[in-house]
Amino acid sequence: MSELMQFLMSGVTVGAVYALVALGFTIIYNASDVVNFAQGEFVMLGGMITTFAHLAGLPLPLAALIAIAATAAVGVALDKLAIEPARGAPVVSLIIITIGASIFIRGVAQLVFDKQLHRFPAFTGDAPIALLGATILPQSLWMLAGAIAVFIGLWAFFTRTLTGRAVLATSNNRLAAQLVGINVKWVMTLSFALSAAIGALAGVLATPVTNTSYDIGIALALKGFAAAMLGGMGNPKGALVGGILLGLIEALTAGYVSSVYKDAAAFVVILVVLFAMPQGLFGSKTTDRV
Amino acid sequence: MKTLTALATLAALGAASAASAEIRIGATISETGPAAFLGDPEAKTLEMMVEKLNAAGGINGEQVELVLYDDGGDPNKARTFATRLVEDDEVVAIIGGTTTGATMSIIPVAEDAEVPFISLAGAIEIIDPVKDWVFKTPHTDRMACAKIFEDMKARGITRIGMISGTDGFGASMRKQCLEIAPEAGIEVIADESYGPTDADMTPQLTNIKNRAGVQAVLNAGFGQGPSVVTRNYQQLAVGLPLYQSHGVASKGFIDLAGSGAAEGVRLPGTALLVGDLLADDDPQKPVVAAYVAEYQAEYGEAPSTFGGYAHDAFAILTDAITRAGSADPEEIRDAIETTAGLAGTTGVVTMTPEDHLGFDLSAFRMLEIRDGGWTLVD
Repeated sequence: MSELMQFLMSGVTVGAVYALVALGFTIIYNASDVVNFAQGEFVMLGGMITTFAHLAGLPLPLAALIAIAATAAVGVALDKLAIEPARGAPVVSLIIITIGASIFIRGVAQLVFDKQLHRFPAFTGDAPIALLGATILPQSLWMLAGAIAVFIGLWAFFTRTLTGRAVLATSNNRLAAQLVGINVKWVMTLSFALSAAIGALAGVLATPVTNTSYDIGIALALKGFAAAMLGGMGNPKGALVGGILLGLIEALTAGYVSSVYKDAAAFVVILVVLFAMPQGLFGSKTTDRV
Repeated sequence: MKTLTALATLAALGAASAASAEIRIGATISETGPAAFLGDPEAKTLEMMVEKLNAAGGINGEQVELVLYDDGGDPNKARTFATRLVEDDEVVAIIGGTTTGATMSIIPVAEDAEVPFISLAGAIEIIDPVKDWVFKTPHTDRMACAKIFEDMKARGITRIGMISGTDGFGASMRKQCLEIAPEAGIEVIADESYGPTDADMTPQLTNIKNRAGVQAVLNAGFGQGPSVVTRNYQQLAVGLPLYQSHGVASKGFIDLAGSGAAEGVRLPGTALLVGDLLADDDPQKPVVAAYVAEYQAEYGEAPSTFGGYAHDAFAILTDAITRAGSADPEEIRDAIETTAGLAGTTGVVTMTPEDHLGFDLSAFRMLEIRDGGWTLVD
């Protein structure tokens, strides 16, 4: 019993990281159908900038705020310098641009920061919390709370605010959105800034558990992307559930079957789900006029 | 980094060939890429040592030129750069191959061109069987296993659990440890693994903890995995002795894991980590002290074990060229093979035609982490 609890706790910890990364994909995807492969780099920047600001003597909360603001600025720069000039290009080209941007950001990060692994202290200490015979680190709860907060924020943003609906409208039909007076350029910039900020927040929350280094982004983006696909791309609920589910599958496989098959099991489940439901668990069906 | 690129560009243009009699030493190192945290201190060490050597008059009155390439840890690139080093740059010796993969792809190039090659990678396959032109400076992972098992036996531990990374280092060390465990009298009764970027290893550690009879846990891995294992180990309050590999023998590991979680962890390390604790008559003491001081002054950070590997490779090479009195690759090779009693940061090196590593288990020090620092166990 306590074994199962420990596996579940581990799954939630890892799942919260995946969910946080997956949530970052949703806004840009919703605004433009672009899967932003530089999302992992936003997570890395969040962790690295916080680490270095903290090392420079700033208190952790301030360092985290600076990291989130700076990363949002990087997101805006990415949109203005790389995505906007290629505005007319097909989605696939834009996705390739984001891959290029991720390599560029990684390269700059290893020059500006360094190539070592880093970590800053957990927000509320490292003393594990015992629960039904298993233990969980307080930082895991922070990550989980962060993921849920971002999810609620995104849900409210997309359903309750005019701006959020403008983002969805832009994604649905760019021209029509423009015709009803939505500033499409501004929506894109906003979506990059928000996505980058969410990515940075993920980095801030996850670094005490995962550590960070300039090249941590690829692995995180891959798992976050898988989680988002599993849950349904563009749906905040899908990102949250997909992330936690992926973490749980991995932890249970590692615990009960073998740690060797952990990643394979997760991807098999994703394949099966996508075969049955190509839009993911919570993805909306799209109908194209023929 | 800038000087490096400039240097590489210069070398590529052949502009440097106009200079007077120079000994050219080639290096291909993983300054970037997944092994960057190994390669970065190695490259810095080589640059620093060449500068120092030239300022002191070079070898036998000749200046040394370092041609340094960054292979990014990619074996294909390492092979290309090694070929460029022997064909275009006409170097007399090669140092490099940060990872075992990169090293294995440089070996055929060095063997064909008959240029001595000193590898900075760990695997035993590099020098076993012995290849005429190939040497290496780091301990093998088999030696790390042997050293750890020796310490376990001394504490009366015979049944252990292992948790290994699935990356090259972890997989290779796991294989070596399992191979020599029976003859060392150690029984591995739990064998778990984790991916190199995993964020939580509590399921695997829970399984080890619940396996009846486990007396200690050995974590074979490097990079970030071991720090997560160490934190999870404390989180689960496993309460058994935890052993790490020489792959994490750096101050960075203690910082990453947190000094609370790392307390009591034992690992085999080099003299470099415990320079201050060495006996005054230890031949490695002055070498280690000088290297640490110079590196600290030059780069403002403490050198790592990996930088020490590059230090030793360069020391062996300059010693060989000095003794050979010539910069002919074949004479350098013969001189390297007769290196005797050279104190490096990793061990006291004595090469023979049958041994291209040059030291035994005694070069490893068993260290224990206490109060966020290192202490010597033996």
